[in-house]
Amino acid sequence: MNPAFQLCSVDKSFGSGESWTPALKQANFEGQPGEMLFLVGPSGCGKTTLLSILCGTLLADSGDINVLGNSLHRMNDREVTSFRARHIGFIFQQFNLIPTLTAEENVSVPLLIENKPADQARRLAAGLLEKVGLADKCREYPARLSVGQQQRVAIARALVHEPSLVVCDEPTSSLDSATGHQVMELLRDVARDGKRAVVVVTHDPRIYGYAERMAEMEDGRIQRWWNSPEEIAAAHAETLTERRQQ
Amino acid sequence: MTAIALKMLFGERAKVAMLVSGICFATILMVQGLSLGLGILATSYATAVNLKAPIWVASPLIDQVVMNNQPLLDTDVYRVRSVEGVAWAARLFVGGAQVRVVDRGGVSQNVTLIGLDTQTLAGAPTEFIAGSLNDLRQTDAVIVDASAMARLSPDPAVPLKIGETFEMNDRRARIVGVVQTSAATHGQAGYVFTTYDRAVQYVPAQRKMTTYVLAAPMAVHTAAEVARRISDATGLNAFTSDGIRKSSARWFIRNSPVPFVIGLIVGIGFAVGTVISGQTFFTFILENTRHLGVLRAMGTQTRRLARMILLQAMVAGLIGYGLGVGIISLVIAVAPANSPLKVQLPVLMAVLVPVLGICAVAALLGIRRMARIEPAIVFRS
Repeated sequence: MNPAFQLCSVDKSFGSGESWTPALKQANFEGQPGEMLFLVGPSGCGKTTLLSILCGTLLADSGDINVLGNSLHRMNDREVTSFRARHIGFIFQQFNLIPTLTAEENVSVPLLIENKPADQARRLAAGLLEKVGLADKCREYPARLSVGQQQRVAIARALVHEPSLVVCDEPTSSLDSATGHQVMELLRDVARDGKRAVVVVTHDPRIYGYAERMAEMEDGRIQRWWNSPEEIAAAHAETLTERRQQ
Repeated sequence: MTAIALKMLFGERAKVAMLVSGICFATILMVQGLSLGLGILATSYATAVNLKAPIWVASPLIDQVVMNNQPLLDTDVYRVRSVEGVAWAARLFVGGAQVRVVDRGGVSQNVTLIGLDTQTLAGAPTEFIAGSLNDLRQTDAVIVDASAMARLSPDPAVPLKIGETFEMNDRRARIVGVVQTSAATHGQAGYVFTTYDRAVQYVPAQRKMTTYVLAAPMAVHTAAEVARRISDATGLNAFTSDGIRKSSARWFIRNSPVPFVIGLIVGIGFAVGTVISGQTFFTFILENTRHLGVLRAMGTQTRRLARMILLQAMVAGLIGYGLGVGIISLVIAVAPANSPLKVQLPVLMAVLVPVLGICAVAALLGIRRMARIEPAIVFRS
């Protein structure tokens, strides 16, 4: 099976002179379609930088970035932007819903970016909101939704244009434990149903049990891989026991 | 995405209100400034509008109808008549006079006294409200323009009537007709029309009393062509009626402080509008940095976001412009009838251009800011 994405020998640094800071050092990272892949590690280890490069919101200094059969490092800004619109779904730590748009309008944004007709976009958005259990919240503004509902709206927005890669940045860090598990179950279904690769950057050990594979970053590169739920379970037994108790 | 852009804009009600207010205020200042300026400018050539003659001939030193202190010789009218292509030529007196309605206890007021050629009454206004041009043949007869009928009366609510008399430079005059003039004269109560022979009796005698010679071309010639011939043949300044209006307006712009003051008002309106709107819109963009970053991350092209920002600025600007035009129109509607403030389409169009300019500047500030937003900002907490 072809990998959904493959990042090879990626370097990225910020600043120059005395403020020069290397964020990624010859980092390698790859994921398969239909799998839920976790990227973990301490703060400042380069997880978000790697995620940003993977989804084309940040340019690497060097290295090969192949995502869904496309070489992002060979594309210009316009092409990368179009690629993101078509193929990538985003789920953010702070949801990043537009507060002046209703839930339905927020969800329809990716379709409108792809120039889908407004009524079709709205219909699809409403359908997806129904799937995430928010059928009755279509016309609500984000401020009137709970944080869990907001994250579900964000998930619906990430999936409405049927992307092949979904990137999630700390999707549960703003949520309580129960809501966090609901959201992760939803994301696991997303990965399985659509053969999508779902990459989750997280600090939250409560959700490690949802990972099918996990990579740990440290000092700008992947230091360790756990290649099955069993390996992950073994490595994080204490955390998972805690989860089961919950 | 148009609807999304507008919802993002109108969702920020306080910002929109500020933005619209800035543009509205700028529009009011610019429209009233320009309207006032054009209104005052129009009074400078009012005489050339109110008197109907295709050709105006003046001293070689005079190129306007605002102020003429270089009268012609009485014989100049014959020189003009002798030029080939001239159908008729008639002398005209234009000067100031003091009018006092003694019977009503009025005070002295300045009027523009027009003396029409005694034989032909050539150039006389045509829109009579009462009386007729031939009534000028009566003793002491004068025709007064409608606005002066009210303004010369001590009580403007009770205007003068046909048959009433007043003193003009201490000589008696009797109103025999009322005309509607299309343009008000500058700084005067209005127009008083009479015959040339009578007009020169009302004012102190001078060696030369013919202020202008009015003329018309024969049917086979154009006014411009005949005016040129008159200038060539007599050495006098001859203009078409349109030419003397434009020349008078230019003279007024050169010699009056009014255009500078008006320019200042318009400039301040533009500057205030730009600063308020630009600053407010920039703040709006700053506060939406994250959301714009989200849209960029999700695949909106920079050019498309720029169009959305431009649309937001233009929509806010056009609402402010419409509101400003509405408010100033209301003010003008309740202004006195003789006020030089008039809503004119060219003024509205002329103001729309700088308003769109203000919006473009505001949008440009926002677009520059947006273009610097990295889509990766969305992953920062």
